[in-house]
Amino acid sequence: MNLYLDANATEPLRPEARAAAIAAMDLPGNPSSVHADGRAARRVLEEARARVAARFGAQARDVVFTSGGTEANAMAIAALGRGRRVLVGATEHPAVMRAAGDATAIPVLGDGRLDLGALDSALASGGPALLCLMVANNETGVIHPVAEAAAICWRHGALLHLDGVQAAGRMVLDFPALGAETMAISGHKLGAPKGAGALLLRPGLDLAPLLAGGGQERGRRGGTEALPAIAGLGAAAAAADPAAAARLAFLRDAIEAGLGLPVAGAGAPRLPNTSCVALPGASAETQVIALDLAGMRVSAGAACSSGKVARSPVLEAMGLEELAGEAIRISLPWNAPEDTAARFLAAHAEMRARLARQG
Amino acid sequence: MRIMVAMSGGVDSSVVAGLLAEQGHDVIGATLQLYDHGAAVQKKGACCAGQDIHDARDVADRLGIPHYVLDRESRFRDAVIGDFADSYARGETPIPCVRCNQTVKFQDLVALARDLGCDALATGHYARRVEGPGGPELHRAADPARDQSYFLFATTREQLGFARFPLGDMPDKAAVRREAARLGLAVAEKADSQDICFVPTGRYHDLVAKLRPEAAQAGEIVDTAGRVLGQHQGMARYTVGQARGLGLPGDAGLRVAALDAGRRRIVVAPAASIPVAEVPVAEVNWLMDPPAAPFRAEAKFRAREVPQPVTAEWDAASGRLLVRPDTPVISAPGQGCVLYDGDRVLCGGFIRATRAPVVDAEAPAA
Repeated sequence: MNLYLDANATEPLRPEARAAAIAAMDLPGNPSSVHADGRAARRVLEEARARVAARFGAQARDVVFTSGGTEANAMAIAALGRGRRVLVGATEHPAVMRAAGDATAIPVLGDGRLDLGALDSALASGGPALLCLMVANNETGVIHPVAEAAAICWRHGALLHLDGVQAAGRMVLDFPALGAETMAISGHKLGAPKGAGALLLRPGLDLAPLLAGGGQERGRRGGTEALPAIAGLGAAAAAADPAAAARLAFLRDAIEAGLGLPVAGAGAPRLPNTSCVALPGASAETQVIALDLAGMRVSAGAACSSGKVARSPVLEAMGLEELAGEAIRISLPWNAPEDTAARFLAAHAEMRARLARQG
Repeated sequence: MRIMVAMSGGVDSSVVAGLLAEQGHDVIGATLQLYDHGAAVQKKGACCAGQDIHDARDVADRLGIPHYVLDRESRFRDAVIGDFADSYARGETPIPCVRCNQTVKFQDLVALARDLGCDALATGHYARRVEGPGGPELHRAADPARDQSYFLFATTREQLGFARFPLGDMPDKAAVRREAARLGLAVAEKADSQDICFVPTGRYHDLVAKLRPEAAQAGEIVDTAGRVLGQHQGMARYTVGQARGLGLPGDAGLRVAALDAGRRRIVVAPAASIPVAEVPVAEVNWLMDPPAAPFRAEAKFRAREVPQPVTAEWDAASGRLLVRPDTPVISAPGQGCVLYDGDRVLCGGFIRATRAPVVDAEAPAA
């Protein structure tokens, strides 16, 4: 019996998102066309925009659809970073790290949260700046002190871009209250089909496009909109209720209690679905493969296109070097069955026993 | 039975995976990522994974078996590439494929396979594992042109017990390619790999120069009496017996007799004087119980060579094997010396320096 426990890589498709995407696939029109079919497609597009806006407390006109989280992050950093010093949290996702180029990394504390003192000192000198910060970390689920970071940025006149990809749908995210210029989200992490994301803009903010194209998205993102994926994103955003995600915390806690192993970021507030847990003496690679062969889909470290399991730079940034090669990530999907903990613990115990036998 | 197959992405290991899966085994494919391919071919921005890794994944996909890419870059860098450069710096001619088999493949993969509950590790090597009265034995492959038993000499008896070489009985490579085609594998017509995998450009000297700059520095070419005959452009360009690249005036039939790492000297001598009557071998791996008395065998002193009759003597106390060929042989320190009894591998080890590099001539009189 397989168990999908890699939601932070991608969430299983939500039925509402599937239905919306399929319906959109059958629409013949281009949302930019003048005629009735174009208007029908446009209606679906705008409905999705309104649903995304509603989930995060934004205005519909401030939602720019993109191809996904990577593009949304890249767009914000390219536009806001122009003429500014770019700072990033030390545990940011590669989508942000690589878009930010040779940015200054602000360290995190041992529990994985941004070091606010270090942020304050970094902003104290050096001119106009942009801070890129993830709301919650993909590997550990650790939630950064976003409001405090925003206040520090505001005090120094720095801009704030948030990567909300992992947090979206798993915790309440009221974008206007976060004090950021922009926030990136990704459709498939909400349970939509892969291929769409969005950048939310502070009211009144206008950003230069990465791709000018035919001026779609009010000139902020060219290219015909990927309507099926976007319709799915709208439906998933409506369905991804953080209150429902809270149930996952019980499953996660049961797993962590059953394992009795070191958990990265255990002392910090975390997403309800994520657990980064180490088995000392066993490589993360061996664990991921052994659990996969037992039907448990977990992951470790950063994904690479080659498929290899690499060491986790996130845990190294937290000063957990010794655990970096020994920790796996369990991330519960929105539809995790109620017997998840019991089944996972049984598979994990079997793996542990065999590793102990092999010495 | 659950079997891990070391899949390189080439036709041989792909066929191994295909055959074992066809026989109904629970096959797990494992591909080692050993070095940053993008960096090795010096192409900026290229993926760290070479085409071979993608090929292995495609084959596993086609076969419907689970497949994993294992990051062994740092292990390979230390155990194989570093050893390769160090060996050159010691004035030897390294044989990295043996080190790789010895460490990354048969130590690490066997351990992983056991951790994953596998009963065996299969590879695409051309060699045969034969159940003998005293346990598993390593034998030459059926196809002498493809035999790789020489490169497997460092496989321990315990590792051999866990290993499987399903291609050992294949009559030739064409038969393997036919199997690949029959199994519908896209790699059926893929070219054989060449040279040393981590130096795809073939310029070993450049790599050694980067890792061990002192081994790449120019030095003197001297004769056995210590007379300076010329200059060389880095020891890593030379091996014992080599005639080319010495640039000696008139090329008086001189060949490399020894590499004197300490003084960065290449010692040359007339071709006829290069073969030696006695070859010391260390780091010996025994695939039989070591005989107490001198014994007869056939030996290979390099990979591409017909085995020749020798008498060997094992000194258990010093861990040295002294091999005396019936006819003197050219032997390069760093290469493997593998002893056979017919098809069976008896033992193997690394050749150590034979002669005292040079009689240190007094400063030649003017």
